[in-house]
Amino acid sequence: MNRQTSLDFRTNAASAIKDAALRKAMRNATDTFGTKRTVAMESVDFSALREKASAIRMEVLDNLPAYIAHFTTQATQAGANVHRAADAAAANSIIADILRSNNVRMVAKGKSMISEETHLNAHLEKEGFEIVETDLGEYIIQLEGETPSHIIVPAIHKNRQQVGRLFADRLGVDYSEDPQVLTKIARRVLREKFLTADAGISGANFALADSGSLVIFTNEGNGRMVTSVPPLHIAILSIEKILPSLADLPTFMRLLPRSATGQMITSYVSILTGNRKAGDATGARELHIVLLDNGRSGILKGDCREILKCIRCGACMNVCPVYRTVGGHAYGWTYPGPMGIVLTTLLTGMAASHPLVDASTLCGACNDACPVKVPLQEMILRQRIRRVSEGFSPASVSMGMHLFGLAVKSPLLFSTGERLAGRFWSVLRSAGGENVAGRLPLPTKLPFSRRMP
Amino acid sequence: MHVQLFGTCLVNTFFPGVGEAVVRIFNRFGVEFSFPKEQTCCGQPAYNAGYIPEAKGAAEHFISAFGGSNDLIVTPSGSCAAMVKHHYPELFRDDPVKLQAAEQVAGRVYELSQFLVNVLKVHETDLTGSGRVTYHSSCHLTRTLGATQEPLALIQALRGVEFVPMPDATRCCGFGGLFMAKLPEISMAIADDKAESIIATGADTVTGCDCGCLMNIADALGKRGSSVKVKHIAELVAEGL
Repeated sequence: MNRQTSLDFRTNAASAIKDAALRKAMRNATDTFGTKRTVAMESVDFSALREKASAIRMEVLDNLPAYIAHFTTQATQAGANVHRAADAAAANSIIADILRSNNVRMVAKGKSMISEETHLNAHLEKEGFEIVETDLGEYIIQLEGETPSHIIVPAIHKNRQQVGRLFADRLGVDYSEDPQVLTKIARRVLREKFLTADAGISGANFALADSGSLVIFTNEGNGRMVTSVPPLHIAILSIEKILPSLADLPTFMRLLPRSATGQMITSYVSILTGNRKAGDATGARELHIVLLDNGRSGILKGDCREILKCIRCGACMNVCPVYRTVGGHAYGWTYPGPMGIVLTTLLTGMAASHPLVDASTLCGACNDACPVKVPLQEMILRQRIRRVSEGFSPASVSMGMHLFGLAVKSPLLFSTGERLAGRFWSVLRSAGGENVAGRLPLPTKLPFSRRMP
Repeated sequence: MHVQLFGTCLVNTFFPGVGEAVVRIFNRFGVEFSFPKEQTCCGQPAYNAGYIPEAKGAAEHFISAFGGSNDLIVTPSGSCAAMVKHHYPELFRDDPVKLQAAEQVAGRVYELSQFLVNVLKVHETDLTGSGRVTYHSSCHLTRTLGATQEPLALIQALRGVEFVPMPDATRCCGFGGLFMAKLPEISMAIADDKAESIIATGADTVTGCDCGCLMNIADALGKRGSSVKVKHIAELVAEGL
């Protein structure tokens, strides 16, 4: 299990940078997604589509309690049991209770970042349940004992040779680095699990208020197996995933896959409404939907509420120069990259995460990529302001900024500061190549201002 | 035409040659200018670090140093221009009086290449240069100011220069102001990727509109032992005058 924390971001990142395989894998994957995304976007009017998507998401957030109530009524009417969980512990215990009362032993699990946020697997394993991740990437990292390093490509940091060795080690198969062979091996193992699992647990990309439906986008088909083969299906999702109606879905069907993997559409789009009734061909006989808050109602009241528009496509991390260099584990919590900086600091608090607010060059590439127009760059700035006001900015930085604030108002003080810095430059430079001075040129002896008439 | 020149603290301390290149360009094209002596820094380091009172202090000082005039304010930095143009009004959005002053200054500020192309139309005159030149499209210039075409228009107007585009020219170089000091390992790794892209173009010179980024890129190129020269766009244009 990777035990990196957000507080150690700099150390985590520095060691990730030394991992040549990780850096190469990150570069290849993010470049590929970038290229495919550009091509896929050519077939739509991205700027019009994201305006529309943003407006839909914002309208939901502005009326979220009403939408949750409506979704709950409709889903219940369709035969689902809807549970509200205030926090991670509540969600985990609701799910454990459902599994226990159904005498479940083994669970086939579809991909869900919300379950990562609540550490659901660890909780259920402690309670004695066997949990098998069935998304290929999730399966790989489960075997490795890792957490996802990307919200839609959990094993993005691994290359096929590493996966080949992992499968040979853990599954007792012959080593292969052929992705097709490896996929076939996983399919063989997982097929058995789908057929024998007592329950399926999934996430959901969206929930539709007017019909009480869940919407799941997948490429591997495991989402359908998990939600329809076992007799019991539990879906866990956060409260902000709601869309008003089925009529709103096409906008997101166009935007989400294009933004995520650069696909026009995912291989499977499943819309699940209620449990299986007499005469229905598919579906779980018993369906539970767990709606997780875990701090989101609080975010909704603050100045970063727009982060809840996020549809978890990962485009912001794919284009982020920091993320593509250090990978996702360095961020130390569930969500990496620009959206991760904002969500982690909001959901876990500054005390547990303040170094993350520095993990951005403020280049703004995330703002341009976001399909629902979340102003990520501005939110990272807002979190930096919050870090200062909550007292988590290092004393040396605060002192420096205080002096800067004084000097910047006086040309005399400012130029004295510049001269002093110049005087000690050689000392700073000799202190080592990684400090700032070592990377800057020597200050000029005659500043530009003194060359001006 | 009369303008005010905002040199920026990086030019003042590290790259006076860039400022002098701007002056040569102004002289060549008959632009009269003043250099307000009270100018210091636009306050971006404080703003980006979340120190709002300090950033407001810098902004108020800038507004008073450049105030009382309707001249355009020209600066050889996309990042500093973006600070004044977009973030000053945000800083004072709850104070109508100061907001008006901030907007007045914001409306007058031009990044150098925008001024040269959109106002002076320098790219339509006879400019010369030499060699193979590639261009790094710095982040705030590109994404905050939206100056995606002006620097290219200038480079392509230089007779004798072969322009070679850089793949992912708009990808960040890893400078990020204080970012380079706070997370130097990441900053250097990102800059190294940028240096690799630059070297792969086969250009002998890389240019851009921001001294901070160019400084970071020069360091990364130097670490690779590259002979690619790093020049601010003002220097590139001034050389051929």
